[in-house]
Amino acid sequence: MAQAIRMALHYAEENLGVTDIFGEDVGPPLGGVFTVTQGLKTAWNSPLDERGIIGVAMGLAMGGRRPVAEIQFCDYIFNTIDLLKIAGNTCWSTDGDWNLPMVVKTPVGSGIRGSIYHSHSFDATATHIPGWKIVMPSTPLDAYGLMVSACQEENPVLFLEPKALLRIKGEEPIPGEPADERTLSKMIDAPLGDRSKWKPEWPALQPYAVPLGKAKVVKEGDTLSVVSYGRTLPLCVRAAVGLAEAGIHAEVIDLRSLWPYDWEAIRASVEKTGKVLFVNEDTEVTNFGEHLLRRTVEELFYRLEAPPRLLAGKFVPGIGLADALEVASVPQLGDITEAIRALASEQP
Amino acid sequence: MSERGPNRPRPQLVRAEGGALFLDSELLVQMHGLMVKARVLEERLIQMYKAGHGYFWIGGPGEEAFNVPLGLLMKKGQGPAFDYLHGHYRQAATLLALGEEPIGALRQMKNTATDPYSGGRNFAGHFSKRAWNIAPITSPIEVQYVIAPGTALAQKRFGGDGITIVTGGDAGTAEGDFASCLVWSSRPGSELPILIIVTHNQWGISTAAATQQGPTSIADRGKAFGMRTASVDGNDPISSYLALKEAFAYVRSERKPFVLEAMVSRLYGHSSASGSNFVPGEVDCIVTFEELLEKKGILTRAAMDQVREKWAKEIGEMARKVRDEPQPGPESIWRNVYKEKP
Repeated sequence: MAQAIRMALHYAEENLGVTDIFGEDVGPPLGGVFTVTQGLKTAWNSPLDERGIIGVAMGLAMGGRRPVAEIQFCDYIFNTIDLLKIAGNTCWSTDGDWNLPMVVKTPVGSGIRGSIYHSHSFDATATHIPGWKIVMPSTPLDAYGLMVSACQEENPVLFLEPKALLRIKGEEPIPGEPADERTLSKMIDAPLGDRSKWKPEWPALQPYAVPLGKAKVVKEGDTLSVVSYGRTLPLCVRAAVGLAEAGIHAEVIDLRSLWPYDWEAIRASVEKTGKVLFVNEDTEVTNFGEHLLRRTVEELFYRLEAPPRLLAGKFVPGIGLADALEVASVPQLGDITEAIRALASEQP
Repeated sequence: MSERGPNRPRPQLVRAEGGALFLDSELLVQMHGLMVKARVLEERLIQMYKAGHGYFWIGGPGEEAFNVPLGLLMKKGQGPAFDYLHGHYRQAATLLALGEEPIGALRQMKNTATDPYSGGRNFAGHFSKRAWNIAPITSPIEVQYVIAPGTALAQKRFGGDGITIVTGGDAGTAEGDFASCLVWSSRPGSELPILIIVTHNQWGISTAAATQQGPTSIADRGKAFGMRTASVDGNDPISSYLALKEAFAYVRSERKPFVLEAMVSRLYGHSSASGSNFVPGEVDCIVTFEELLEKKGILTRAAMDQVREKWAKEIGEMARKVRDEPQPGPESIWRNVYKEKP
């Protein structure tokens, strides 16, 4: 997925007018702590100052440029929240006078044993900030297509990168990438050691965009609906596949965009199955899944055959380092499997 | 503690008996007219607040001597070839000096649907005008200092001679965003064409600056970053014009940052929350300027009174017109959450 985002950013700086890809360690020699920005011609390193990164992105957007700013881990984005609010309200508070075409990308969530300050989620907080569009892919192809769409937006877009998935290989190729992963790696991954003379050899990428606000039915089913995004999405798919033999046919929806989100896709699925489980890993109190759950109750109550459920992260101050602590704090495959099984067995 | 603080310079309008004024009379008359116009506008806004024609007033009476030359010296237009202003909420005088019609400020005060800066959504003095590169003014103190380097960077990349100007108050320089501005404006090899201004009125709402910040000069903070700095008596329009002219010229040609601190008055307190009544004991830049203009024979008392009467009449008429304009409809809350297709 890291390569997919990198290729999307390359495509965007070549074809979509992206002018500045920046943040801490984003430029050479490192190219991002997850290698997402290696070899990009407009990537540059910034001071270690998250407020500066967001503020400068806003100013660049005002100055007619098209920035993609990175906060190295979303754990460090919290001191910029008033700036994120201003970026989100600039168009509205000026009644349309100004708009900010800018993208902020940041890795989120657990899955790499990142301890208290490299495991935070940000989707619950982000969806409290109106005026942004918010996306979170779960496959490399969607990551590519969503970033391409984000870089064409006239409004601020928050691109949440599930860090547990940044190293996964996609099942569907990105249009234009070589079939062999070793070939791709030789072309676009920076070498170890001295990189001062290295230049990437970009594949001939094709335009491919995933529209913002469109979910995807990843697996069809009629027993119940499972709506998720990011790290937990592939776990939901695995759980659903594992339960098929037991006669439980879960329909799994990848939301992909958190705002705006694809209510029609959720509604159509819930009307078919009558049961829905929302899954994400942010802390469960005032969680985005609670909003989806509330809307499900209000608009689809008479179509429901069981109470809609939310499986989310525990409401504790952080994710502890030890294996058992992380596993106990955020949904794992077993938790999701059990939640699906329990909901499937509920009778009205 | 003295309300004036220990480091406040006295106005220096008359440098020496019979000395030159450094600026030609035509410009002095123009500046005087704009200062009076801005003061009359602010006084009308306060009157509207007190009469119940607005919920809140905040503005810049006491900063006209500095804010008028600032507006006159800006290169007005849209896009990176022109100057950007990331201002604060005491800058009506700058907007008027740029040529803005005062009725917009009255509309914003009355939160009418016709308010050109926010459609009835924001407080008085919260200007926004993309056509002139006026960045939206926001209430959080000093956030503009961390946004401004972005437009300056866009201008550095663009070329040309457009610069970014950012202004804020002394109290807010305690925020980290002021330090961020200094850091981002002076990255080695990537210095930015930015004029960093602090209008120092000695107060943060009710808290005296001297009780909270140690530095004797805020401008001096720029020196640690290798920046040129200056401090000016912002109650003196002539000194302000000359200091601004020099700072503009430096930033415009050298493409490097400059910190300018202007000592100003706050003549009606912080905002309507503190009563918005005239505060005695502070220097009134219009009174001292008018004394000078009269003494030098540039304007007569009668002529200056006429200027005030003219604006009082015209702005009064505008306020009466605004009073009858419609408020925004409730359905308008959904407008422009995102950029709408034209």
